[in-house]
Amino acid sequence: MGELRLMKGNEAIAEAAIRAGCDGYFGYPITPQSEVMEYLMAEKPYESTGMVVLQAESEVASINMLYGGAGTGKIVMTSSSSPGISLMQEGISYLAGTQLPALIVNIVRGGPGLGTIQPSQADYNQAVKGGGHGDYHMIVYAPASVQEMADFVATGFKAAFKYRTPVMILSDGAIGQMMEKVYLSDPVPRRTEEEIISQCPWATTGRPPTRDHNIITSLDLDPAGQERLNLVLQEKYRKIEENEVMYEEIECEDAEYIFTAFGLSARICQKAIELAREKGINVGLFRPITLFPFPKKEIRELGRKVKGIMVVEMNAGQMIEDVRLSVDSDIPIEHYGRFGGIIPTPDEIVNVLENKIIGD
Amino acid sequence: MEEKFARPEIRKPENIVYKRTDLLVDRPLSYCPGCGHGVVHRLLMEVIEEKDIVSKTIGISPVGCSVLAYDFLDVDMQGAAHGRAPALATAITRLWPDRYVFTYQGDGDLAAIGTAETIHACNRGENFTIIFINNGIYGMTGGQMAPTTLPGMRSSTSPYGRDVDIMGHPLKITELVANLPGTYYVTRQSVQTPGAVRKTKKALRKAFDNQDLNKGVSLVEVVSNCNSGWKMTPVQSNIWMEENMFPYYPLGDIKVEGTLVEK
Amino acid sequence: MAKMIGDIVIDIERCKGCEVCIAACPFEVIAMSEDVNSKGYRFATKVNDKCTGCTNCAIVCPDGVITVYRVKVAAE
Repeated sequence: MGELRLMKGNEAIAEAAIRAGCDGYFGYPITPQSEVMEYLMAEKPYESTGMVVLQAESEVASINMLYGGAGTGKIVMTSSSSPGISLMQEGISYLAGTQLPALIVNIVRGGPGLGTIQPSQADYNQAVKGGGHGDYHMIVYAPASVQEMADFVATGFKAAFKYRTPVMILSDGAIGQMMEKVYLSDPVPRRTEEEIISQCPWATTGRPPTRDHNIITSLDLDPAGQERLNLVLQEKYRKIEENEVMYEEIECEDAEYIFTAFGLSARICQKAIELAREKGINVGLFRPITLFPFPKKEIRELGRKVKGIMVVEMNAGQMIEDVRLSVDSDIPIEHYGRFGGIIPTPDEIVNVLENKIIGD
Repeated sequence: MEEKFARPEIRKPENIVYKRTDLLVDRPLSYCPGCGHGVVHRLLMEVIEEKDIVSKTIGISPVGCSVLAYDFLDVDMQGAAHGRAPALATAITRLWPDRYVFTYQGDGDLAAIGTAETIHACNRGENFTIIFINNGIYGMTGGQMAPTTLPGMRSSTSPYGRDVDIMGHPLKITELVANLPGTYYVTRQSVQTPGAVRKTKKALRKAFDNQDLNKGVSLVEVVSNCNSGWKMTPVQSNIWMEENMFPYYPLGDIKVEGTLVEK
Repeated sequence: MAKMIGDIVIDIERCKGCEVCIAACPFEVIAMSEDVNSKGYRFATKVNDKCTGCTNCAIVCPDGVITVYRVKVAAE
């Protein structure tokens, strides 16, 4: 069944959330992601599914609303763009420290500072390396199409609850704003309160006589206790690295060279592959879909087969660090990036490939 | 130890007229001797016990002296980041509309770092109770100046007394939120005498009863002592509070049933 | 007229010796001990038999360490 529609990436995220049985969205307007909340407010899911939609007074408030809602076992999400996500780092760190499930969508724009409202991938490090204080990770999905924007909502909720961890969809202003056809799966009903209470015994839903009171906190004044929590988190991240890696290989079978790119850059690289192959250069694309966990093993193996890797990002070179840490063969690994909302063209990419990698 | 004036003949369960509620976890409170937090904790749990709403109550603890409130209050609780308790409570009360939700916050938490969250939750008319302990100082952090520190009052970051020309004025946030349409009940109480304790308990009961009506935020401010921070004995600090805090933060109801009380 | 006879039981290990109960008692029933508890606090102790079970001491006690008993007896 399901349904085929033409939608903006931001709208697809909102519609997918309603269909995934989301209980609450808490957000604050910021370009280029405002369509998420605008769509939800227009659709009024609070009248159809009972999903709460609330415009907060700030990103600080909306992430802390998310933190409160997540503590009660509900399926909750927020969305924002880079400067707003910076404000949310405190709350994301608390979500990680208290091991709560929540989905955060970042429709990245160029920075630093107020930057630009044009698309960027400069929040890779902030998303993948923690971002807030303390040792933690989020599971980070990088969609490259409107379809994946929709799909990763349900995927994200599932992973968030499976591991009790905050999850981020790291997209950008171009994918958020562009329209594509998208297949929407049938709606699943929101869980009942009884289901939530039985599925989330850790949640603060009100203490019945049958159990001790539940406490959700990231505070442990005893260093040994705080170290134990950190070890639990690290063990969880190892399990996530074992089980949750997602990636895509395009035309890698006969490739002598590889582009590595995520999200929008990966789409541009697909066109660059065509151009390069017309010139007789056998190049493929390795696209990490999860940025944490990073597909280390897969790219290492690929690195052993090819003559060079070119990492294409709309930033100054962030994911390239993970590529270099993963690859163990002695091949050139070079970066090509544009900033400030400028999207690289396929021609530029092929030129750089020829000059920086093949020319070596 | 031998008790000289004990009356063992009347120490029978049926003669008990006051005992610590079982909803306070059976462990020593972490507060300094004489601190008002302990009294407010107890009153809060008495109200929840008397309303018989444990299974429907969710509390939010702050950052500050009462950061560990969840260790003492035997209800489900979540610890907020500094100042963010009203944001957590907003989401919880919206996602679980039949739950009784409260935040427990100090003056630094509620009236400085959390001002935006406090004012906007109050202005939206969220259906939860805010318990606001105002002792005019950052107790846990070590006696620094708070938004509610009185003019001339010494603290570790106003060691010569709060100079309002340099440091600004104490914030009467309770009066401020009383003027917002989303607050239904706003009151200022204290817990230094038996009479004051009884009034505070009534105020807390009213605040929780108001959640049955779903008419907006109920905020109960308790002007309290911080004898450690103020560097006094507990009894001295209570007298100092009556003489100095009460004139600036007068006790009594400020807004009842959505209407400002005329003074 | 009926007369109230009261008694208090103080959890001396939990008492922090803040003396707030002393100020609250209308009949000067409570004073600080000479001894200290295991935490090193002097603790509240009953020093006469004038207690009427009014509960004032218990309700101002920040640590909730006082249990109050009361019976009504016929006036002598």
